[in-house]
Amino acid sequence: MAALNDWQNRLEETALGPVRRTGRRFWAVVAILLAIIGWGLYAYSVQLRDGLVVTGMRDRISWGLYIATFVFFIGISHAGTLISAILRVSNARWRTPVTRMAEFVTVVALICGASFVVIDLGRPDRVLNVFIYGRWQSPIIWDVLAITTYLTASVTYLFVPMIPDLALFRDRLAGRSSRWRGSLYRTLAIGWHGRPAQWRSLTSAIGVLMILIIPIAVSVHTVVSWIFAMTMRVPWDSALFGAFFVAGAIFSGIAILIIVMAILRRTYHLEEYVTEKHFVYLGYLMAAFAAIMIYANISELLVHGYKLQEGVEFHFRQLFLAEFAPLFWFYLLGGLCAPIVIALVPATRNVRGIVAAAILVTLAMWIERYFIVVTGLRVPLMPYEPASYAPTWVEWSLLAAGLAAFALLITLFTKLFPIIAVWEVAEDHEASAVQAGTGIPARAIPATADSPRLAEEAGR
Amino acid sequence: MRPQIDAANSRLMNDETNEAAVSDRVSDDPVAPPQPTTNGSGFGRRRFLRVLGLGALSIVPLPVVSELIREGGVADSQSEPVHGRGAPARTRDGRVRRWTMIIDLRACDGCQSIGQPPRCTAACIEGHFAPEPMEWMQVFEADLAGGGTQFIPTPCQQCQNPPCVNVCPVGATFSTPEGTVLIDQERCIGCRICMAACPYDRRFFNWGKAPVPPEALLADYSPEHQVPAKKGTVMKCDFCPDMARTGTLPYCIQGCPQQAIYYGDLEEDVATNGREVVSASRLLSENGAYRLKEDLGTEPRVYYIPGHGEAAGRDAFDPGRSPTEWPWMERAEGAVTWRR
Repeated sequence: MAALNDWQNRLEETALGPVRRTGRRFWAVVAILLAIIGWGLYAYSVQLRDGLVVTGMRDRISWGLYIATFVFFIGISHAGTLISAILRVSNARWRTPVTRMAEFVTVVALICGASFVVIDLGRPDRVLNVFIYGRWQSPIIWDVLAITTYLTASVTYLFVPMIPDLALFRDRLAGRSSRWRGSLYRTLAIGWHGRPAQWRSLTSAIGVLMILIIPIAVSVHTVVSWIFAMTMRVPWDSALFGAFFVAGAIFSGIAILIIVMAILRRTYHLEEYVTEKHFVYLGYLMAAFAAIMIYANISELLVHGYKLQEGVEFHFRQLFLAEFAPLFWFYLLGGLCAPIVIALVPATRNVRGIVAAAILVTLAMWIERYFIVVTGLRVPLMPYEPASYAPTWVEWSLLAAGLAAFALLITLFTKLFPIIAVWEVAEDHEASAVQAGTGIPARAIPATADSPRLAEEAGR
Repeated sequence: MRPQIDAANSRLMNDETNEAAVSDRVSDDPVAPPQPTTNGSGFGRRRFLRVLGLGALSIVPLPVVSELIREGGVADSQSEPVHGRGAPARTRDGRVRRWTMIIDLRACDGCQSIGQPPRCTAACIEGHFAPEPMEWMQVFEADLAGGGTQFIPTPCQQCQNPPCVNVCPVGATFSTPEGTVLIDQERCIGCRICMAACPYDRRFFNWGKAPVPPEALLADYSPEHQVPAKKGTVMKCDFCPDMARTGTLPYCIQGCPQQAIYYGDLEEDVATNGREVVSASRLLSENGAYRLKEDLGTEPRVYYIPGHGEAAGRDAFDPGRSPTEWPWMERAEGAVTWRR
C-alpha cells in the first residue's frame, strides 16, 4: 500500500508541477505568442479600417483562408470528443492520461474557430443581426446553433470530470498560492469533498455527458459542411460532404492531439503517464481514420470523375494537374498514405515517427480545407476567365495570430488547471494493480470505495 | 460555468431574476454545511450536477433568444417592412405584377457596331452609381457550338426559387411579391454565403470603400435603389422595380441601342423594349426562349431568345467587345478599386 501511496503522491506532484513552478521559458513563450497575437490584432485593425479589400478575396473567390481556417479549427476540436467520449464509452482505459489535454484542445479550438467566422464578416459590427433576424432556413444559423451547443457541451464535459482534481488543487494549494487562485479553485470545486453520494452523482453525470456529446460533435461538423453542400457549386454538391467532414475532423483532431501531447509531455515531464503506448495507439487510430479518408476521397472523386459532368473536368484538372496539383498530391500521399505507412512499419512506430506523421496530417488537413473552399469557388459559373486567389499578409497574419491564440490558451490552461486527470489515472492504476495482484476484474472496483478515500486524504 | 447554469435556470425560472439566483447559488454552494450522510446525502450536489447536465441540453434552443428579442419588441423584424420597399405594383384589376425581362440575343451585338462598351452596362452603372468593378448587367461573351461567339447580357436572374434568399442568415436578401430579389444593405452582415450560393455569379461585394461620385451620397437609399454603396455588404441588379412602378423602363433597357431587351409583366402578359409593346407569352413561345441553367430549378424571371446579334448585322465570328468603363472615377474621392 505504501508503494501505491508513493505513486499517488508522485502523480499529484506531477499534476501540480505546472501550477507550482513557472520558469522563465514559460514567460518567453507567452511573450512570443502575445507578440504574434498583437501583430494579428494590428492586421485586423487594418482590415476593419479599409474593409476586406486588404485580403486576397474577391467576388469570384469570395471565401478564402479565413473560412478554411474556421473549418480546420472546428475540425481539430473533435480531438476531445473522440478521445474522451468515444474511448470512455468503449471503456478504453489507456485514454485516461490524455483525456484532459484532448478536452482542452476541443474548447480552445472551438473558441479560435468561431472567431474566424467573425473575422471573415464584411460587417462585424452587425454580428448581432444573427440573433435579431436569424432565419432557421440558413446553414449559417445552423452553424451558430451547432457551434454554441458544442462549445457549451464541451466546456461542461471539460469541467465535470475535472471537479475532483480541482478540489485536489484547492486543498493542496490552500494558503500556498495567490488569493485569486485559491478562490478560483474553491469556486470551481463547487464544494467537492469526495463523499460517496458526490461520486455517484459525478459518475452518472459523466455517463450522461459522454453519450450526449458524441451526437453533438458529429452534428457540428456535418453542419459546417452544409455551408458548402447547400450551394450549387459543382465540387461541393455532394451528399457525402457531411460524413467526409466529420471523418476529416476526427482525423485532424487526433493529429493535433498528438502534437499537443508531445509538447506538454516534454515541457511538464509527463513521460511516466503519457508513454509511447499512447502515441502508438493514437497513431493507429489516426491511421484508421486515414484509411476512412482515403475511402471517402476515392468515393467522392470517382463518382464525380467517372461522369465528368459540367465543371467537374475543370475542377479535376486544377486539382490533379494544374494550379493546385503539387499540394493536392502532398495531401493525398503525404497526408493520407504516409501516416498509415508510419504507423504500420515497426521502425517508425515510435513517439518520433507518430509525431512526424501527426505534423504531416495537420498540414495536409489544413491544405485540404483550404482547397475545398478555394477550388470549389474557382470553378467558373459563367463564361469568364477563372479567377485566382492568393492570401495577403493580413490573412496570413490573422492565421498566425489564430494559431498563436490556440497555443496561448492551451499554455494558460495548463498553468491553471490539472493537465492530467489525476483521479482517473489513479483509479485506472489501482484497478490494474489490483487486477494484476488478485485477479479481480477492474469493473468490480467501485469508484465510490477507493477514490473518495484518496481525495479525503488529500483534503487533510 | 456560469452560462450553463444561467441557461438551465432560465428554463426553470423563466424570469429575469435568475442572474441573482445563480450568483447566490454559486457563492453559497462551497460553504454549504455538510448534509447529513443518510440516504438523501449529497442531494444538493447531485441536483447541481443534474442542472449542469440540463445546462448542456438547454443551450440547444439558443436561437429562442432571437424570438425573445423579437417578442420584446427590441427588433420588430417580422411586422415592419424592410426599409424603403414600396407597395407592390398591381394591374388595373388589382393583381400583383410579376416583373420579367426578355433579352433577344438576335439583336445584341455587344455594341460592336457602335464601337462602345455595352450600353446596357454603362447605363446601369451611371444610373445606380455601381462601383467599379461591378457590372450588375454584364455582357458575357460565350462560344457558339460551331465556333464564333454570342453576347449574353446578364442581369440578376431574379429566381423564383432563389438559392441566395434561402441561405441568407439574417433575411437581408429577400423576394418581393413582384418576384424580384432585393438586398437590404442596412441589414447585410457581409458573410457572403449568398455569393457562394448564386449559380449565375450575379452578386458583388463592396470589398472596400466603394468608388462613388459625390452626388451618389445625396441619394435616398432603399433596397430598390442601392445608392450609395455600403462597405462590407453585397449588391446586385435590383430589376429597377421602383422605376417600373412609375412607368419608366430600367436603365439597361433605356440604354440599349438595338432595343434587344424587353421588360414586362407576366401577370398581364405584356412586355416592351421601349419601342413596341408585345405579348410576353407569344414573344417567348414563338422564338424558342430559354432560361440560363434551367436544369438547376432556380426558375429565373429572365428569358433569352437565342441568337448572336444577327438582327443587328453582327458576324458571329467577330469576337470581342469594348471594356466597361466607370465614368466618374476621377470624381470619386478616396476611393479604392479592386479587380473582379
